[in-house]
Amino acid sequence: MIKFILMVNRQGQTRLSRYYTPVELSRRALLEADVVRCCLSRKKDQCSFVEYKDFKLVYRQYAALYIVVGVTDSENELSVYELVHNFVEVLDKYFSRVIMFNLDRVHIILDEMIQNGHIVETNKSRILAPLNALDKMADG
Amino acid sequence: MPAVSKGDGMRGLAVFISDIRNCKSKEAEIKRINKELANIRSKFKGDKALDGYSKKKYVCKLLFIFLLGHDIDFGHMEAVNLLSSNKYTEKQIGYLFISVLVNSNSDLIRLINNGIKNDLASRNPTFMNLALHCIANVGSREMAEAFASQIPNILVAGDTMDSVKQSAALCLLRLNRMSPDLVPMGEWTARVVHLLNDQHLGVVTAATSLITNLAQKSPDDFKTAVSLAVARLSRIVTSASIDLQDYTYYFVAAPWLSVKLLRLLQCYPPPEDAALRSRLTECLETILNKAQEPPKSKKVQHSNAKNAILFEAISLIILHDSEPTLLVRACNQLGQFLQHRETNLRYLALESMCTLASSEFSHEAVKTHIDTVINALKTERDVSVRQRAVDLLYAMCDRSNAKQIVAEMLSYLETADYSIREEIVLKVAILAEKYAVDYTWYVDTILNLIRIAGDYVSEEVWYRVIQIVINRDEVQGYAAKTVFEALQAPACHENLVKVGGYILGEFGNLIAGDSRSSPLVQFNLLHSKFHLCSVPTRALLLSAYIKFINLFPEVKTTIQDVLRSDSQLRNADVELQQRAVEYLRLSCIASTDILATVLEEMPPFPERESSILAKLKKKKGPGHLPDIDDARRNVNGSTEHSENAEAPKTGSNHPFTDLMSVNSPPPVANSLLVDVFSDISTPAPVDVCEENFSRFVCKNNGVIFENQLLQIGLKSEYRQNLGRMYVFFGNKTSTQFLSFSSSVASQDSLKAHILSATCVLSPQLNVHAKTVDPIIEGGAQVQQILNIECVSDFTDAPVLTIQFRYGGALQNITVKLPVMLNKFFQPTEMTSQDFFQRWKQLGAPQQEVQKIFKAKHPMDSEVTKAKILGFGVALLDGVDPNPANFVGAGVIHTKSTQVGCLLRLEPNTQAEMYRLTLRTSRDSVSQRLCDLLSDQF
Repeated sequence: MIKFILMVNRQGQTRLSRYYTPVELSRRALLEADVVRCCLSRKKDQCSFVEYKDFKLVYRQYAALYIVVGVTDSENELSVYELVHNFVEVLDKYFSRVIMFNLDRVHIILDEMIQNGHIVETNKSRILAPLNALDKMADG
Repeated sequence: MPAVSKGDGMRGLAVFISDIRNCKSKEAEIKRINKELANIRSKFKGDKALDGYSKKKYVCKLLFIFLLGHDIDFGHMEAVNLLSSNKYTEKQIGYLFISVLVNSNSDLIRLINNGIKNDLASRNPTFMNLALHCIANVGSREMAEAFASQIPNILVAGDTMDSVKQSAALCLLRLNRMSPDLVPMGEWTARVVHLLNDQHLGVVTAATSLITNLAQKSPDDFKTAVSLAVARLSRIVTSASIDLQDYTYYFVAAPWLSVKLLRLLQCYPPPEDAALRSRLTECLETILNKAQEPPKSKKVQHSNAKNAILFEAISLIILHDSEPTLLVRACNQLGQFLQHRETNLRYLALESMCTLASSEFSHEAVKTHIDTVINALKTERDVSVRQRAVDLLYAMCDRSNAKQIVAEMLSYLETADYSIREEIVLKVAILAEKYAVDYTWYVDTILNLIRIAGDYVSEEVWYRVIQIVINRDEVQGYAAKTVFEALQAPACHENLVKVGGYILGEFGNLIAGDSRSSPLVQFNLLHSKFHLCSVPTRALLLSAYIKFINLFPEVKTTIQDVLRSDSQLRNADVELQQRAVEYLRLSCIASTDILATVLEEMPPFPERESSILAKLKKKKGPGHLPDIDDARRNVNGSTEHSENAEAPKTGSNHPFTDLMSVNSPPPVANSLLVDVFSDISTPAPVDVCEENFSRFVCKNNGVIFENQLLQIGLKSEYRQNLGRMYVFFGNKTSTQFLSFSSSVASQDSLKAHILSATCVLSPQLNVHAKTVDPIIEGGAQVQQILNIECVSDFTDAPVLTIQFRYGGALQNITVKLPVMLNKFFQPTEMTSQDFFQRWKQLGAPQQEVQKIFKAKHPMDSEVTKAKILGFGVALLDGVDPNPANFVGAGVIHTKSTQVGCLLRLEPNTQAEMYRLTLRTSRDSVSQRLCDLLSDQF
């Protein structure tokens, strides 16, 4: 299963984090810093899966943004790797500007895709359905 | 669709975020945040009641501040208030804040529960979803207690919206993981399984996660999921990519769902129903075929999604370990990936192949990739990929390639990353010990290890080399000579000094004849290292010196002088001082006889589990090294066997006496007496389970028996006429098995109801079983070790009788153990000329047995090869003029005699027939082997 998902920039600042297994608040910052350091230090030709403590990190880089997913050993790495891309494509489809201003919406999207560390929905239009409904309400 | 332009973009929030982003320093950021926190606090505390929009805005700011890594200690109440709002955006922010920031033990839970309760009852799907997400994310016990009974109903109710079903499934999964007692299995379980048939693939995806999780806990309740999952998978893999519309990702149909379905199937053994099984095989074949088709898109996303499914399919194939053709195809596919330009694929291929190497069917196929893997070790730029390569080399190692692999690992060690050196050292040490035919090679390898990576050689490793040298006479002289030479180096590692000191102290006399390594030279050499060493090493050297006094009286005075020096007798370290004083006195007052007795050569160490292996397991963590567990590569077992084979204890009838546990079972007679008064003595007539017996003719490991309660797995290994079988009893239920007992009997004695025999001496076969713990906890596994000795050739296999109480009912299970004559084969390589000469010598009519039979399985020559090798004989290439035929040779070892055996298998692919010819010096052996082998094709 998926343990957490992080979005960080190249400076190592966390832009979004979502945990699916309980991690104490005080330890999150430490964990995030360490995980980010682990991924940022890797080169392009290195593999996108990193063994980290007793689980694995799957990461993908989009320009200055890194998305890092912590998964248990039993998870299929490639499918998570593509899940990240699917997520980014959904974000692309919905947002035209910097997503940081719309963190709540990013969370809605993420919650539509992953719940509890498991994939629930991969169909882009269904992922965006609640948000679009929301926007219609606001317009109306 | 620029959302920011939409009506509710919170301007204040956007300004705040911009401010933060524009902060030039960390200090400025903290200052800005503190200002904002003060502002929010005053707003929340102010007299003016805030409207929903402002509450939302401030809570959202707090959330953002929290995500930047700052503590938030207020605002929870406002967030809870937002739950009761009727506006979706406000409610959503409230839930988001709670699920990100509220701990499961917060005292706010009761208030939150109230909000959830209203939303669940609202019948508004978006509100219900938020509430379900919240239950799942917060995961508090109190919350679970309040809602657990409702969730299954929401999930299976006919009128629930699809998206709510998805959330309910994942919520239930969380509840089941966290507090399984609150969601007992019930009539909903059957209906959950049918969600696999749901029209909506999103629901199927969520349901598959749930069912996989539940099936891992109680497989029996969800057995029906197998056929549904296979059907679903089959529909997906055979569909045209457009059929699944939005679930198609870069021309791949529902990749994530396919992966999940394959994962669900991994919870179960291969389906027993033939039609279902062939449908599954078809699916897997289709997936393998697709990998060979030209890609439908050049995008990397396409190939990644396709390969995600492929790797999961290969995991399933490996786990089932039952279809040789699929296994070999999987291996070939992975072989292609090993050279792929994508690092990710090479990494995954190495990882996957590691598990493939432990399957009997594909071990040989994996071995063919050895050069690619070695190349990966040398050229990969990523340490994690190189680490996988090391793992794979370790897994594919066997007697035939051990020297090459160990040499490559040693040379890699010189440049290896520090992070993985210790592990490589352990692996080299294990492989060197396990596959050492010639122990001089072993000694060389370990000394090289110490030379190259002395700092990473742990105590276990050098203890082990000493144990082995002491236990093996033939290598002692060589070891003494080699360490002596190694110690000549001006700078040598302290570990080498330790090994050198110990070995020269014990066996220095073996090389003392040579003037270049006379006693004095040896002593001076060791003593030249003394002052550079740490205290424990010095202590060891002092012991070596006193041993020298015993071995070589001529250096006695020199050594006594050294011991007498102030730096020894008055050493600041108590241990060193004491040794010096005691050794000096001992050497002065004791007579030569006493000295010789006290300082006698060390007795052989009792053989026990190699501590190195234990260390490697610990290092990797449980369950991380499946290859080690495979009996094919069970280090300790094999050395124990060779010990026994070479040095049977005289005066004992039983070569395994020394290995018996101390708390051995009561004698047979006693237990029989007890049995009369217990219900055990009147067992229902039991059928001996032979179902899987024949599958074990050509392999040594696997599951021999499985029912709803119990799974019995076997790992076995044989050397000459001795064998050891590890029997694993897995309790599949969640309840204890009580009064568990398991014993071995020959089939005849079974009929006579001697059920509790622990040691059965049938004339041809001795099997000794250690006792097992009488209680097996729910979900736990216990191991029983059977030691087997083949006295003379035999036909009947022993049976294992198992009894236990499960929920008050007495269970009896009897399983035929796959101990067959061919297990005691040792392969023999020979030239074509030798082969035909012997073939002619065994020409008497009763020595030959021939059988012509129809093929039961597809006639694949690779599979046939693997089976013949698994049967135990050596495959001889180029002996038979017809390359399609197989020729093998081996020797059956029994205690009384050895029986040479030649075999020839001629496949006729057109007629789908085989002709099998066996020639051995004994007619009974020929017949038995022919019966066993002919059944396999």
